Amino acid sequence: MAQLIGESIGRVDGPAKVSGRALYVDDLHVPGCYYGATVRSIHAHALIRGITLNLDYDWSDVVVVTSVDIPGENVIALMTDDQPALAEQVVRHVTEPIALVAAPTREKALEAARNVRVEYQPLPALIDMTRSQSEDPRIFGRDNVFKKLELRLGDVKAVQGGVLIEGEYNVGHQEQLYIEPQGVLAVPREDGGVTILGSLQCPYYVVKALTRVLGHDKLNVVQAATGGGFGGKEEYPSMLAAHAALLANRAGRPVKMIYRRDEDLRATTKRHPARVKLSTRVDESGRLLSLDADVLMDGGAYNTLSPVVISRAALHVSGPYRWETAHVRAAVVATHSPPNGAFRGFGAPQAMFAVERHLDKIARTLSIDPVELRRMNLLREGDLTVTGQVVKAPGGLLALDAALAAADDAPLPPLSPIPGGGGDAARRLPGRGVSVVFHGCGFTGNGEAKIKSKVILELFGERVRVLTGSTDIGQGTDTIFPQIVASILDIPLSWVEMAPHDTAIVPDSGPTVASRTAMVVGGVVDAAARKLHAALQAEAKRPAPFAELARARRARAPLRVEAQHQPDPTLRWDDERYIGDAYPTYAWMATVVDLAVDIDTGEVTYRRLITATDIGFALNPVLATGQIEGGALQALGWATFEEVVTDGKGLMLNDRLTNYIIPTAADAPEMVTLLIENPYAGGPFGAKGLGEIPMDGPAAAVAQAIEAATGAVLNRLPMTPERVLEATP
Amino acid sequence: MKLSFVVNGQPREVEVRPMARLLDVLREDLRLTGAKEGCGEGECGACTVLLDGQSACACLVPAAQAQGATVLTVEGLAEDARLARLQDNFVRCGAAQCGICTPGFLMTAAELCQRGQALSRAEVRDAVAGNLCRCTGYQKIIDAVEEALCADQPR
Repeated sequence: MAQLIGESIGRVDGPAKVSGRALYVDDLHVPGCYYGATVRSIHAHALIRGITLNLDYDWSDVVVVTSVDIPGENVIALMTDDQPALAEQVVRHVTEPIALVAAPTREKALEAARNVRVEYQPLPALIDMTRSQSEDPRIFGRDNVFKKLELRLGDVKAVQGGVLIEGEYNVGHQEQLYIEPQGVLAVPREDGGVTILGSLQCPYYVVKALTRVLGHDKLNVVQAATGGGFGGKEEYPSMLAAHAALLANRAGRPVKMIYRRDEDLRATTKRHPARVKLSTRVDESGRLLSLDADVLMDGGAYNTLSPVVISRAALHVSGPYRWETAHVRAAVVATHSPPNGAFRGFGAPQAMFAVERHLDKIARTLSIDPVELRRMNLLREGDLTVTGQVVKAPGGLLALDAALAAADDAPLPPLSPIPGGGGDAARRLPGRGVSVVFHGCGFTGNGEAKIKSKVILELFGERVRVLTGSTDIGQGTDTIFPQIVASILDIPLSWVEMAPHDTAIVPDSGPTVASRTAMVVGGVVDAAARKLHAALQAEAKRPAPFAELARARRARAPLRVEAQHQPDPTLRWDDERYIGDAYPTYAWMATVVDLAVDIDTGEVTYRRLITATDIGFALNPVLATGQIEGGALQALGWATFEEVVTDGKGLMLNDRLTNYIIPTAADAPEMVTLLIENPYAGGPFGAKGLGEIPMDGPAAAVAQAIEAATGAVLNRLPMTPERVLEATP
Repeated sequence: MKLSFVVNGQPREVEVRPMARLLDVLREDLRLTGAKEGCGEGECGACTVLLDGQSACACLVPAAQAQGATVLTVEGLAEDARLARLQDNFVRCGAAQCGICTPGFLMTAAELCQRGQALSRAEVRDAVAGNLCRCTGYQKIIDAVEEALCADQPR
């Protein structure tokens, strides 16, 4: 039997994806299907005076839904109940949904939406997050704060020696830009319920939200092939599914809603913009004495997942470093902007861009090599994080050494002429930048204990079926889970299959987020496989290899076992004071980026990106390196290309792929992607989470490289050519 | 109008509005949903097909322009052994993750294979720069295409 785990098996859904057979939601053909469209607010803040239909328009084959047609509660249930499915008396951000229409064709639906008239009385709007807490109007609670938290390690005030170094770092929105826009199909069921098929990460989030909106639970949610998520399809699909279900309910027929790209860009969630102020003391040798951090994030008009995003930012603003004392204050506030939400990294990239840039400032101030400064202060075995967690088996130094060695080993590709001519090589300055980050794997604190992720395995004949609510959105868990099962049971991979991710049959395995699916749910799959073998041996009343017993099995009924995540009982977390084991473990990553800056235009050209990542153990190296490379390029996009431009109302102006620019293959560097094995006993075969960490480090390395090349000190993302030129001394 | 053209080797006739997009004719009338719509304005390349052997964004092609043409979509790739190998490369090299951009990349790469020119890695990058991918960082896509092009070279 081949050892399956740790092998680069091609993804099981690969053949369907390269032949066009994989069915994404817009590929699903349903006879009699209507198409839905959304009427959205044009104001950031306004009273709705009335909603009327243009009576000159032919409404005979159009259904219209407003908030009065909602059979259950008008709420998209997530963390708090502040966000309505459809605005009632007031709109709180541009693009907020007000009414829905469905018609036999997409064109007719869009046309009908334009014939719904909304009368507004505009109200003063608050768009600037730095004024949210001090100024009216109130958007959320008494102080416009979705979540505020504070954590302390020792007493920063007691530290008065050393050198005081302060800095401020700002990052803008970022769009997930999954290539498949958001989409959902709602199909009425014979029992009066509804089936949702959609492009989504978290089917059970949708179940929870729809149960409230529809006022019943006769519903099931099925994940269609999903064309990328990156967090963007964590919470937003609940909104879209609610809309499609309301329309299907009203029309008595299936309704498909597929956002056009411009609508998707304007209306759906983005990465939270952030301002991070750091005030630190360090001794002359570069030892980090105290960290005083103030993190502010713009949540937009509704809470969504902002409290968890700010929490992760607060827990990562230390970077992977040992601070003798720390005081972190973090707040995410409300504005009349479209809500921000989940995006790969989830607050950590913003926080670690700041602290990594700040280490560069410390190095500059003290005339220490920035790499040596990092090496000196990286968390080592037995050190304490800022929450007082004792660090075990840290991988920061391993990653840094591996990445630097690789950078020295391989010659850099020559600076190629600028495509299309113009600019000679002498006008382009080379620079190298290095960063180190860590990322807490899985949910924060007691999160995993509360979720109680479940997985079911079924044996029928010689086939083992894996039932889980965890979705494969491209990261490859539909391949990794069968690899785990086949390896544990010592059976061929072809014996194992994934059940459809349909809530009618799969258990809740927790959301597909937080670098947790391979590590946490993979661990439950591992446990379930062992349990299935034990159950089979119990049934046969003899110990024997799984394959032998499965072949000999006479019973007709499927053998079924369920396993549940068992959190490490030694972990301690105080959610009030933010003290203790913030995460069960951490992934670690070092980045070395080589680039060139055109001194005439300020444009950055990437030459090579080396990453070394401690992910515990690579269950499938090709899939693992693919995650890291894709995440790292998203980070390079955030660093120098991707800027969400908004008007005074918070409306995204560059709402097309012609002006919201993500990197192409020609922009992307050659990548060297090193995996460092440093097994974590709590993960399957030693695996840790890896989905998000590649987003955390590259932007800061790019900033350092630009500084090395030109002397330009940039503390704001994105580092567009204009900003680079402006900052160049 | 009646549109007559050859799709994946099969002669097809469809009644269409003259300004219907080729993408809609393929996806809705012929139910060939391999070509995807990512932006509707020719930026993402997810709808790339070969129109008389040349890659084109089907979202920008009026159906009338396909009159009498030969169209190859991802569903027809496997007919050609060399292009089937390209598909295999994509799976083996990890060039497909979420898979939504994959059909478009495959069609652009198929055009490169059919042209049969030797290309450097940098040239492959430029050649596929009209297709956007958000999952892979492109590294493994370039690997898969480069491997297919190398296999095509006479030795």
